[in-house]
Amino acid sequence: MIQKAYIVPGQPHPLLAPEKNAGWASLRRSYEAVGKEIERSGAELILLYSTQWFSVIGHLFQIDPKPKWTLVDQNWYALGEIPYEFRIEPEFGKLYARLCKEHGMQAATVAYHGFPIDTGTVVALKLLNPNNAIPASVVSCNIYAEREETRALGFAARAAIEAYGKKTIVVCVTNLSNRYEVADIDPAHDRISSQKDDEWNRKILEMFGEGRLEDVAQVARDFAREANADMNFKAIWWLGAVMGEHNKYDGKVWDYQPVWGTGNAIVELTPNDRKQMDWEKEFDEGPVPEFAAGGTGLESHNVLAEGPDVHRQSELSSQDDYGGAAPASSQTAAAAQPPQIIRSERAPKPVGPYPHARRVGDFLFLSGIGPRTPGTNEIPGLLRDGAGSVIGHDIDVQTRACIENVKTILEEAGSSLAKVLDVTVYLTDMQGDFARFNEVYAEYFGTIQPTRTTVGVDSLPTPIAVELKVIAAA
Amino acid sequence: MHQTAAAGFGLPEAGKLTRMSKGGIIGGVLAPHPPHIVYGENPWRNEPKSECGWEVLRWGYERARKHFLAKKPDVFLVHSPHWQTVIGHHFLGVPEFHGLSVDPIFPNLFRYTYDIKVDVELAELIAEEGRSMGLITKMMRNPNFRVDYGTIVSCHMMNPEWDVPIVGISSNNSPYYFSNEMGQAQMIQLGEATRRAIEKSGRRAVLLASNTLSHRHFTTEPEIPEDMSREHVYEHSGYLWDMQVLDLMRRGRTRELAAILPEFMDHAVSEVKAGSLAWMLSALGFPEYPAEVYGYWTVIGTGNAVVGWDPELKADATTQGAVA
Repeated sequence: MIQKAYIVPGQPHPLLAPEKNAGWASLRRSYEAVGKEIERSGAELILLYSTQWFSVIGHLFQIDPKPKWTLVDQNWYALGEIPYEFRIEPEFGKLYARLCKEHGMQAATVAYHGFPIDTGTVVALKLLNPNNAIPASVVSCNIYAEREETRALGFAARAAIEAYGKKTIVVCVTNLSNRYEVADIDPAHDRISSQKDDEWNRKILEMFGEGRLEDVAQVARDFAREANADMNFKAIWWLGAVMGEHNKYDGKVWDYQPVWGTGNAIVELTPNDRKQMDWEKEFDEGPVPEFAAGGTGLESHNVLAEGPDVHRQSELSSQDDYGGAAPASSQTAAAAQPPQIIRSERAPKPVGPYPHARRVGDFLFLSGIGPRTPGTNEIPGLLRDGAGSVIGHDIDVQTRACIENVKTILEEAGSSLAKVLDVTVYLTDMQGDFARFNEVYAEYFGTIQPTRTTVGVDSLPTPIAVELKVIAAA
Repeated sequence: MHQTAAAGFGLPEAGKLTRMSKGGIIGGVLAPHPPHIVYGENPWRNEPKSECGWEVLRWGYERARKHFLAKKPDVFLVHSPHWQTVIGHHFLGVPEFHGLSVDPIFPNLFRYTYDIKVDVELAELIAEEGRSMGLITKMMRNPNFRVDYGTIVSCHMMNPEWDVPIVGISSNNSPYYFSNEMGQAQMIQLGEATRRAIEKSGRRAVLLASNTLSHRHFTTEPEIPEDMSREHVYEHSGYLWDMQVLDLMRRGRTRELAAILPEFMDHAVSEVKAGSLAWMLSALGFPEYPAEVYGYWTVIGTGNAVVGWDPELKADATTQGAVA
């Protein structure tokens, strides 16, 4: 579902004053070229994270369908005004916020007339999506969020994109080095404010050019320290989590220019599962061992509330104990794991916004699993007449397919059929199918002996005859 | 020790300040700006409504308001951390602003309709004085500019009728790029420029430093934002710092206070880093008379105090023993 990711700057200069500096004009051209690519790509949603939309209480999600205002930037007002009206996809924002809450994060949606959309978001949407051809969704940047919280936000975005099922372009609005010139300069002579910042920017861009997003995410802390990267470069932690935390991308650096001393680049990352990796270049930061030593000093400001999933294991403080965060160095390896929502590529796709399974503690809870064939989504064992209409079903075939799908999901979650504890069976034809169903069921579970409940129902969401709801030991 | 340190931060020597002939600074107020206190008050201008909340601060503001409005000021000057500028110090430069301020962080609490009159002439005078002292100053002339919520909250709490014009001053971000000390030195200069300009103008001016004190705050919000059972100081060390700062204010030892502010910024993530307090103390000439603490309470864990300095009370004041 994720087609591409882009990293873009959020300064208004390329939008409002390209004529004043060749680099600003170049950024404008690159921005517009990327915008045309996005429009041609068939994307159905743009998901945007901007470092200039600060939040403090968890994260905020824009769901006003048509926010409209005239932005006058607090710093760069002399460059002019930016009137805007955007097309926002409220349903995606609501879904994203809900998933964040389910993962133990503070999340709130925003749909207020006059809400001040930040300059970074405004600039990015004006240049990437000038005709509002594609609806957008925007999430805030919590100024206190550290790596784990920001990754959790990214994982939730990934889950939301998968559940929403639309072709999505992911956009990160962030500068690279973020050291402004603090006096008036001749715009024509704008340059990166120090050679060191410039060298760091180029080092990071070399990695992006090779598609090494995860490697950049792992050196983000060093980059932030050495080059005063924008908002600790946490945007890349978010992007890495959204994109799957690996280096299998084709990277392209469209542009790199100074804006009032800061480093501004436009980068494109295209997922490429077949990419040959140069493993000598790989390394791993691990479960943030230097968290305490290299952190911001504000680690106790975690934005996670107490949640039902992996972050409960992370020893971050709970919602009820505002000040009681554990020392950051006590972050466990478990905290580095993705949220324990199980989505299998080898099982039939869910027919609604739910995962295949969730792990809670030592248990796995599976959604209702039917017999549909993974990959094709076809229903096996359907009997049809000459015109193709369904006239019956083979409960033997459907029961086996059902249990095989359950087995696939369990194994993908690290469990197995042998660990099944409880089964709820839904049959659409209890009288006609129960006996044969029971025989097939016994082949699989006869020796395992999970508890079981069998229920007759009028119908199931697709024209299937059987569905299983399973609880297993993890 | 503190006096030595103070000299290093560009503080003027005591007793060398110009006496005002007519007009001048008639008061200064540490006037924090959490939108919660406006939300708790339920003015007609603010759309979200509450049951109550943060009364100790609001009542403190009421007493400060009564005291300083009785002195018939011509203008309030407000320095706000939420108008952040990179290049120098900016001033609102349009006679009137009308609009809607929606707090980007607490939009659920603050959606405020404002009508603000600006004393542009005085703002220009301060900008000119600042430039003559080597500061970068700019006038913001766009009438569609949205006035920041820090400015609005502090001004509303001191004068909800909005019948006195204001001068709005941005907070320059230099302490974030360079050092606390460098940032504070600039603010002390800006304070001097402000005082000179006010004295030239003949205005009766009240200064508002729109700062909280300790600034570590919760990152979660109760379901009912005004649930006061959830309100407490974020951490004990922040509280100790706040009390030390208030103690120095109450003793009239603002030079010592200025000297420790950079340390306060680091240890309590204090919002005074934005410079409002240093600016005001400098403009007031680093008062050696006791300040009046009208109220102290926390807002989402941050330390907030409403504190007033009234030069007319100077004659009656003692600099000793305000706190045992």
